[in-house]
Amino acid sequence: MRAAVIIFPGSNCDRDMVVALRESGADVSTVWHKDAELPQNLDLVAIPGGFSFGDYLRCGAIAAQSPICRAVVEHANRGGYVLGVCNGFQILTETRLVPGALMRNSGLKFLCKPIDLIVETQDSAFTSGYGHGSKIQVPIAHHDGNYFVTDAELTTLRDEDRVAFRYSANPNGSAYAIAGVLSVNRRVLGMMPHPERAMETKMGSADGQALFRALVGQAIAA
Amino acid sequence: MKAIITVMLKNGVLDPQGEAVKSALSVLGFSEVNGVRQGKVIELDLANGTDELQVNEMCSRLLVNSVIECYTLEIM
Repeated sequence: MRAAVIIFPGSNCDRDMVVALRESGADVSTVWHKDAELPQNLDLVAIPGGFSFGDYLRCGAIAAQSPICRAVVEHANRGGYVLGVCNGFQILTETRLVPGALMRNSGLKFLCKPIDLIVETQDSAFTSGYGHGSKIQVPIAHHDGNYFVTDAELTTLRDEDRVAFRYSANPNGSAYAIAGVLSVNRRVLGMMPHPERAMETKMGSADGQALFRALVGQAIAA
Repeated sequence: MKAIITVMLKNGVLDPQGEAVKSALSVLGFSEVNGVRQGKVIELDLANGTDELQVNEMCSRLLVNSVIECYTLEIM
């Protein structure tokens, strides 16, 4: 599987993402935000966490207009896989590759702690490695993770089984306690928690492994 | 010429910052405050003769996220 991790000014989880993907068997390259093209024959684009462009204007808004993001949207429209974590999720909502928006946490505090997630669907390359309804522990680290969607969009997400992860105890006010959502074709996942920070038991949890292994395995099989 | 864009969260979108400001005002004794909404103002210094439609396009493509925000535009 060929994967690329996009780096924006202010990204700070890019190296963790590279390691998580490499450890899971992917051939990984990094791409600077000013590049207008992705590497050839790419299976997956990963947009890491951080504070792209200092979170100016709105989190992810400026990154979403960068030259590389046009290429990421084209990659997604061709059916390519895209994983956006934390600031990467915010960027994906700003590009409209996934619905909704991420607002300031309802408690106004920056939250940085391990948290329990419920796997809501197995029906995606990202979540097929987990048992349905299983509980996993993955860290969160965000100030703006309060997921907003209209009631109509939420109904659509639930009807189409596109809620990937929910918080076991809602930490930030997210609608329906949503922690991660899938695109219509189920190949784009945006999530606030950091699976790349849960890759070994000595990191506190190895529950992120199954996401990366399933994703990398799926693309090899395809 | 200038454009003044006032960006607010849409009605129905909970504004946690506005709520915090409201409770701080209440702590100060301003019990008459029924609600606070916090937004932002963006001021553009524009070339003379810029079409208002151009400014609206700037809003829809970058300055405003229509999922959660609405805006008013004043050209001066």
